[in-house]
Amino acid sequence: MQISVRGVSKNFGAFRALDNVSLDIPQGQLVALLGPSGSGKTTLLRIIAGLEAPDEGRIFYGDQDVTNCSTRDRGIGFVFQHYALFGHMTIFDNIAFGLRVRKWKNEQIRPRVLELLRLIQLEGMEKRFPSQLSGGQRQRVALARALAAQPQVMLLDEPFGALDAKVRADLRRWIRSLHDEIHMTSVFVTHDQEEAFEVADFVVVMNRGKIEQMGTPDEVFARPASAFVTDFLGRVNVFHGRVQNGKAQIGELEVSVEAEHGSVEGDTFTAYIRPHEVEIDREPHGPESMQAAVSRVNRTGSTVKVALFAQDGQLPIDVELPHEREATLNLRAGDIVWVYPRQVRVFAAPTASVESSS
Amino acid sequence: MKRSHRVLPGFGLSLGITLLYLSILVLIPLSLLFWNAGGGGWEHFKSAAFSPRALASYKITFGASFVAATINLFAGMLIAWVLVRYRFPGRSFMDALVDLPFALPTAVGGIALTTAYAPNGFIGRQFAPDGIIGRHFGPEGLKLAYTPIGIVIALTFISLPFVVRTVQPVLGGLDAQLEEAASSLGANRFQTFRRVIFPYIWPALLTGWTLGFARALGEYGSVVFIAGNQPLKTEIVPLLIITRLEEYDYPGATALAVVMLTASFSLLLAINTLSRWTNRRASA
Repeated sequence: MQISVRGVSKNFGAFRALDNVSLDIPQGQLVALLGPSGSGKTTLLRIIAGLEAPDEGRIFYGDQDVTNCSTRDRGIGFVFQHYALFGHMTIFDNIAFGLRVRKWKNEQIRPRVLELLRLIQLEGMEKRFPSQLSGGQRQRVALARALAAQPQVMLLDEPFGALDAKVRADLRRWIRSLHDEIHMTSVFVTHDQEEAFEVADFVVVMNRGKIEQMGTPDEVFARPASAFVTDFLGRVNVFHGRVQNGKAQIGELEVSVEAEHGSVEGDTFTAYIRPHEVEIDREPHGPESMQAAVSRVNRTGSTVKVALFAQDGQLPIDVELPHEREATLNLRAGDIVWVYPRQVRVFAAPTASVESSS
Repeated sequence: MKRSHRVLPGFGLSLGITLLYLSILVLIPLSLLFWNAGGGGWEHFKSAAFSPRALASYKITFGASFVAATINLFAGMLIAWVLVRYRFPGRSFMDALVDLPFALPTAVGGIALTTAYAPNGFIGRQFAPDGIIGRHFGPEGLKLAYTPIGIVIALTFISLPFVVRTVQPVLGGLDAQLEEAASSLGANRFQTFRRVIFPYIWPALLTGWTLGFARALGEYGSVVFIAGNQPLKTEIVPLLIITRLEEYDYPGATALAVVMLTASFSLLLAINTLSRWTNRRASA
């Protein structure tokens, strides 16, 4: 079932939660709506589910216009951040709920529920109550409950948000492999870019009620379309300045401004340099490199994190190096070295770029 | 009894005060009642407590209280629902109106109800033989005041706040996502109410019903005006007790009181046990 969102807007009082959003979610794909809080991602999901009505625009499931269709008639499964399990019912009754209200026969319900319990690896727990389960187990029950009546579309609102890191990683992997098995069109909301990239086939980055960029995780990460997306996708060094002689000046560093970003002489710009896209050397590399002092070296992760200051301590830069590279350099706090970025992304000043991207 | 370590000490002290308080206020006075009831001998107790007039008054008191509490079970749930779920002009006025039967001297309530429901009153007139509603009830019309219906009206009035006030906070604390979950799973409104909302508010409903019922059993002031107080027909137990006292028949009055007390206490104990059992099931 393909889902199409056509020109959807939604206001809450004076707040514009969604501003003329259009989006196609292809059949059988697992799509992440990614954005900070207040970006409208949850509102969009709730409108797709029919839990919220759009002020303008239409929602299609396949060819069918479901805009005025109530949630119960849309044939969806919805998973809430805080599970929303029925506390007075056993696990069995929770999973069977959707089947009972749809008037399934008891002899059909039992095998279906047991099958789902096997799927979520909670066999033998059917007589327990939700309060006797851990967070991860509850969310799996919520998933089984949503899957029970074989919906055509699965919608998940921050499904991992209330879980701790370890459980979250497990459940993430589990959901991905589940999707590879049943190939249901699925949309989930998250504010965690790592989560979106790891789980989704397709990522939709949202900001202030609009879509900033959509694409596969590889595309979005390699070619962020705007300053916002670059900034949002994880740790990055940010520099501000003005374009001079067709080049952006970052400290002693001169970066030629690519025409596609539309920067004009004298414009303010924001430049982003990802920590892992910077090299450190003890020798200078011409105008593409600048001198910096090492202030701290952290070797505890999968990469070595080096904090440096360029321009007499005026310009902080974070760099990540592979352990092997760092071992040959053998950096110590106080060392004077040369840094040269392999890739710099330059955008016109952030506020302007957000406006222009719409 | 095993005592667990608590942040706030003083189990012994607080239990002591609780026992003393309940003894002085409730237990000792009510035990003396039993003592006094025995004062006239067993034969007198039996004739006072189980005379046809007394039996009729038990029936009308428990029956009318049961009906009144049950009416409020439904009406109170509806009012609580409206107050919690909707925002409309006059909502806080309506909210305050609910508590009014608590605050009024019951006699005021009784006089007000009688004025309205008497055959020549504003509401009673509609039920008279030539009234809008009364004409459908034959040549007699439907008499409200001075009949058991009048008693039910008065008891419904005074027991109104209980169900509303017990259900309101529970309904207000109900997670809206549970209803959304039910609807996403294909439940219609009725199924959502019956299978999801009702099980959550049921213990509060039961508590409210019990409180309202208990309050109605003991009600005197508002009933005597509207009841007509005919022996065997519209005489409630509290009134019969007062009548016996006015005749200086103290053993007779206490005999009636003992029967009321025993019946009320067993009923309340049974209902509380039932509600504890449903609570445990709901929170398990």
